[in-house]
Amino acid sequence: MSTAAISDTAALPKVKLDLLPILLVPGLMLLALPFVGSFSTWVTLTVAALAMGMMIFLMASGLTLVFGLMDVLNFGHGVFISFGAYMSLVALGPLAGWVESPNIWLNIGVLLACILVAMVVTGALGWAFERVVIRPVYGQHLKQILITMGGMIVAEQMIHVIWGASPIPLRLPEGLRGAIVIGDAAMEKYRVIAVVVGLTVFGAMYLVLNRTKIGLLIRAGVENAEMVEALGYKIRRLFVGVFIAGSALAGLGGVLWAFYRQTLTAGMGMEVNVLIFIVIIIGGLGSVGGCFTGALLVALVANYTGFLAPKLALGSSILLMVLILLWRPQGLYPVAKR
Amino acid sequence: MLNSLLSGDYPRSRPLAMVLALILVSLAFAPFLFPGSQPLNVAAKICVFIILVASYDLLLGYTGIVSFAHTMFYGIGGYGVAIAMYNFSPSWDALAIGIVIALVLSMLLALLIGLFSLRVRAIFFAMITLAVASAFAILASQLNEITGGEDGRSYRIPELLRPAFRLFDDPVLGVNINGRILTYYLIFCSALILFLLALRVINSPFGRVLQAIRENDFRAEALGYRVVVYRSIANCLSAGMATLAGVLMALWLRYTGPDTTLSFAIMIDILLMVVIGGMGTLYGAVLGATIFILAQNYLQVLMGQFSKALEAAGVPLLPSLFHADRWLLWLGILFVLSVYFFPVGIVGKLRQMRK
Repeated sequence: MSTAAISDTAALPKVKLDLLPILLVPGLMLLALPFVGSFSTWVTLTVAALAMGMMIFLMASGLTLVFGLMDVLNFGHGVFISFGAYMSLVALGPLAGWVESPNIWLNIGVLLACILVAMVVTGALGWAFERVVIRPVYGQHLKQILITMGGMIVAEQMIHVIWGASPIPLRLPEGLRGAIVIGDAAMEKYRVIAVVVGLTVFGAMYLVLNRTKIGLLIRAGVENAEMVEALGYKIRRLFVGVFIAGSALAGLGGVLWAFYRQTLTAGMGMEVNVLIFIVIIIGGLGSVGGCFTGALLVALVANYTGFLAPKLALGSSILLMVLILLWRPQGLYPVAKR
Repeated sequence: MLNSLLSGDYPRSRPLAMVLALILVSLAFAPFLFPGSQPLNVAAKICVFIILVASYDLLLGYTGIVSFAHTMFYGIGGYGVAIAMYNFSPSWDALAIGIVIALVLSMLLALLIGLFSLRVRAIFFAMITLAVASAFAILASQLNEITGGEDGRSYRIPELLRPAFRLFDDPVLGVNINGRILTYYLIFCSALILFLLALRVINSPFGRVLQAIRENDFRAEALGYRVVVYRSIANCLSAGMATLAGVLMALWLRYTGPDTTLSFAIMIDILLMVVIGGMGTLYGAVLGATIFILAQNYLQVLMGQFSKALEAAGVPLLPSLFHADRWLLWLGILFVLSVYFFPVGIVGKLRQMRK
């Protein structure tokens, strides 16, 4: 049953494209412009927000898929973010010379090396986490929440044991510091890179989910796991794969996030975790597109309010969540079965 | 008499009853049995945490919903007292106003969160409470003018409760009855009454409905009970009790700050106490809180000494594993293991022993 065969039968109605939520993103940007006032400030804020949104999306995408596929909510997702971030220390050890080198390619190389190490390690960690922590409590929400929370505490403490309890400063590679100035608008180079990485991953994910058989199975599994199982596919194996990929993505996001903040703390994963939950609730649990839209919205709102009304910035994401849930109680792009 | 006090909910295990009686007697006579400020501090903390953990158990153990906003309500209680005492006068009137405002605020907030997220799914509730609680914690540390920010607020409490106050001129049983001891007894009695009230609630028809919802919410709904309404009421009750626990703690510490009331570490402590003591029995809260706080105050010292000894012996890695600051690591492991292998907690085990 190929997709071509399906599109041949004209009887099937076309899936209605729901563009309203995604249109909120440019709408919000335009809305903010008159309030911010100066165009150059607006560009700087928007680029910063997009970079932040991409990073949040990277970290959140795995979590939302894992939840959609197996109904497992991993409260310990932040662990992978923290571990990914700390892994950049491991990669930076032997490559310290590249960081200070003026050659931009070596600078990007060191960033890629960090990302690679982080993804491999967090992927492996994800595999172990699924095995040891999550597998025994499938289908029991209460225990899942408690256990993954416990796993999170233990992992955070292990980071303290291995790398010490004090925050570690992280230097951005030489060529990635500073900003690109176009006219009056300054865009930090690193943020532009984060946007590029984020868009690349989103594009790759979109292709995998929509153009490959595995993607088809994952999407089908999110909608109705039992039916996929009945058709003879091992949903569990699929799930483990998604869990590992999701953990690796969290590791990738962790590295980017760490270079963005330029400090490493064991609690950083937990701090972002809250933001990630808000994003996946806004997006609709289980939906990747919703997660992407949600991440951008949260980041934009946070940055604009941070500029316009700093006191409100903290509550802004919660407020956004409340507004969106009042509009669509199941999130922006609800997944059918939930 | 005892039957109506305990609402017919007996410990149902001889060892458990004996341990509970021991805890009750020790707490009731703590100032006389264990003189000194440190033991009294531990006893007061145990009383407050018994209430806090019991109120959490009302949610987690009896209604089957996970909330991460419990410290928020605890904090509202603490800040209610702090703001009233600091900005007005250290009088009983101000205290009463602070408590009432805190209670109303917490219960309203609990109702809002509940109505907003309990309708959909219990798992939603866990995430939303986490988000709201962390936003509240940041808010409290940002609103400098009102809450004192990161530094918190130190304040004076009504004169009767101050350490300098003497009830009698002469010591009673070798102990000077000062304001500190009066505060302790205020906390102890309030905790006892609140605990008995909680027992009353869970053994009422209302409590039975909550347990039915925990076991099978779909069926409870089918039997004609509005699940959302019951869950929301349980959430509000639990929030109110947590607020009162916060009030008691604020009276004892004469200080309220983000670290002592709102930090996520306290939320984790509460979770550990509930799980270790036993979910779904209020007696578990008593055992969990007592064991945990005793361990927190005395085990940490032991761990530090152990770590130093290992370091002196030149063992690698182990000293940092046993460092006094790493005790949360061991509690975390204990927590995970107890959820797996020990879901009924200490109380459940003790009750099984009899069968």
